[in-house]
Amino acid sequence: MLYRENGQFKSNYRSDQQIFPILQDRIAMVALLALVLVIVPMTASPYLLTAIFIPFLILSLAALGLNILVGYCGQISLGTGAFMAVGAYAAYNVQTRIDGMPLIASLLLGGVASTAVGVLFGVPSLRIKGLYLAVATLAAQFFVDWACLRLGWVTNGSSSGSVSVAGLNVLGLPIESPVQKYLFALVFLAVFALLAKNLVRGAIGREWMAIRDMDVAAAVIGIRPVYAKLTAFAVSSFIVGVAGGLWGFIHLGSWEPAAFNIDRSFQLLFMVIIGGLGSIMGSFFGAAFIVVLPILLDGLPYWFGIPIDTALASHLTFMIFGALIVFFLIVEPHGIARLWSTAKEKLRLWPFPH
Amino acid sequence: MGFFLETLFGGLMVGMLYSLIALGFVLIYKASGVFNFAQGAMVLFAAMAMARFYEWIPKWFGFDNKILANVLAFAAAILVMIAVAWVIERLVLRHLVNQEHITLLMATLGIAYFLEGFGQTLFGSDIYKIDVGLPKDPVLVFESLFQGGILINKEDLYAAVIAAVLVALLALFFQKTATGRALRAVADDHQAAQSIGIPLGRIWIIVWSVAGFVALVAGVIWGSKLGVQFSLSLVALKALPVVILGGLTSVPGAIIGGLIIGVGEKLSEIYIGPKLGGGIEIWFAYVLALVFLLVRPQGLFGEKIIDRV
Repeated sequence: MLYRENGQFKSNYRSDQQIFPILQDRIAMVALLALVLVIVPMTASPYLLTAIFIPFLILSLAALGLNILVGYCGQISLGTGAFMAVGAYAAYNVQTRIDGMPLIASLLLGGVASTAVGVLFGVPSLRIKGLYLAVATLAAQFFVDWACLRLGWVTNGSSSGSVSVAGLNVLGLPIESPVQKYLFALVFLAVFALLAKNLVRGAIGREWMAIRDMDVAAAVIGIRPVYAKLTAFAVSSFIVGVAGGLWGFIHLGSWEPAAFNIDRSFQLLFMVIIGGLGSIMGSFFGAAFIVVLPILLDGLPYWFGIPIDTALASHLTFMIFGALIVFFLIVEPHGIARLWSTAKEKLRLWPFPH
Repeated sequence: MGFFLETLFGGLMVGMLYSLIALGFVLIYKASGVFNFAQGAMVLFAAMAMARFYEWIPKWFGFDNKILANVLAFAAAILVMIAVAWVIERLVLRHLVNQEHITLLMATLGIAYFLEGFGQTLFGSDIYKIDVGLPKDPVLVFESLFQGGILINKEDLYAAVIAAVLVALLALFFQKTATGRALRAVADDHQAAQSIGIPLGRIWIIVWSVAGFVALVAGVIWGSKLGVQFSLSLVALKALPVVILGGLTSVPGAIIGGLIIGVGEKLSEIYIGPKLGGGIEIWFAYVLALVFLLVRPQGLFGEKIIDRV
């Protein structure tokens, strides 16, 4: 009843092309921004912020980057963890080796380093695809894991590859308390989500989708596969690299290569599949789902008064993830995002569907 | 020279074990076009079933005979793997017929996670051991040729023999039996096979069962070497470059690829590793496979794929 577009006429191109064409969506977006910018920092407990909100924000960013590659360009990657690691370690190197480097600049430079590595390992995609490409990206995963552990100059000489950062600040404002970290990550996520949304709406995004849907047909109508694939790798690994830097700097504070191992890559891929391939919104849904589910599984039995031990809970998490992946691939290949848009379609006619 | 040969033999033995796991990949890919990422989880699951039944069966029936317990546990584990194959076909594959390769690959990732969680819920998550009586002492060979001879692990030798026997059996099964012919027909062309009355669903169950059996053998050998624990499922990640190198559709390719990777890994670790900081075993196989992909995407023995990328 409330959610419908009757009477909202578009009289110029500008209003026709906006991201949220329906007024109610824009209002909801403003309300959401107010909620996450003002109400959450004011009310949420530090535990809630550090255990749920900050990981959710940063992993959403990483999932967003991966979604560009897998969901929009159709190139599967099992090496996301590696690109995160490159971003984190490169940002760390920039931060520690150059005195007085601004935090944001080092995070972005970490993204740039990750872009370089991503494009390098994306080159095989010009010759191979599908599961062969998956193996190529796995090569990136194992190589980067090893490099972070063994090459001294990557970790600034630390023996087991564990590094830490402290005293973060932006323009003199410290990034220390959970609320500050939360807001910092949130700003990054919001900016990159907006950029990504506009990229996939634009010419380059259409090229990616054309390559994904049918590469031969795309080449016939004049899309350069080399350019499209490599830009997808570049943009994706840039965002993933920045997310890696945030994960290390903001969420962990001190980390070692195991924080970005192959499990992280799978986790991110699962987020993208469950959330929705080829959907910006889906990355958020997927990240929220995968961050919250294990915590819920840990907590739920306690609230009902039937405590299960943590080992069983973690096995159950594995089983539920696995089953959900299969379930979504069979029943709803477009993930939670499609369920959301179906719900919105229904809502437009509600309560009089005929 | 002696040291070099020792490394070489060590590599060949490890390579044989890799090819055992790679074989599981190739079997399923050939017959159903699914790249089964869950092979590693199946190895873990099978090994766990074997290890636990070995503990449980004597307790249930109250006897104390090691050989009998091993045989019964092996049989029980085979039954479990057949059940797994049946469930996978029923619940997953049946609903994903004619989907893209990538979708199927991701589905097997889901299966892998499920099996890992389910296996540990069912069988517990401690480290178990499998003891099928493989001798563990090393032997010296070629003592007359070199000073000091070459040290070979007897267990590896037996494992290599078992792997070779298994490959021969599979080759016979594929070439000489009616079921094997049906499997090859399905591998060639799903629709044509279906149109002459080959039941696709049953064939898939058979293939996944055979892959489960191969996983069980691999799991028993690896399990008696390393102990049955979660890291067993990661061994399968080592077998990925093997299949890429050997070609996804070729059984001999899996063997040769495994040997190449095994030898290459050991030799590079000894001769190149120290210059790069050591531990290059982890990625060497992958980078080798990656370089190989750029030159010959179908692998050493794979069928040529005519495909625009």
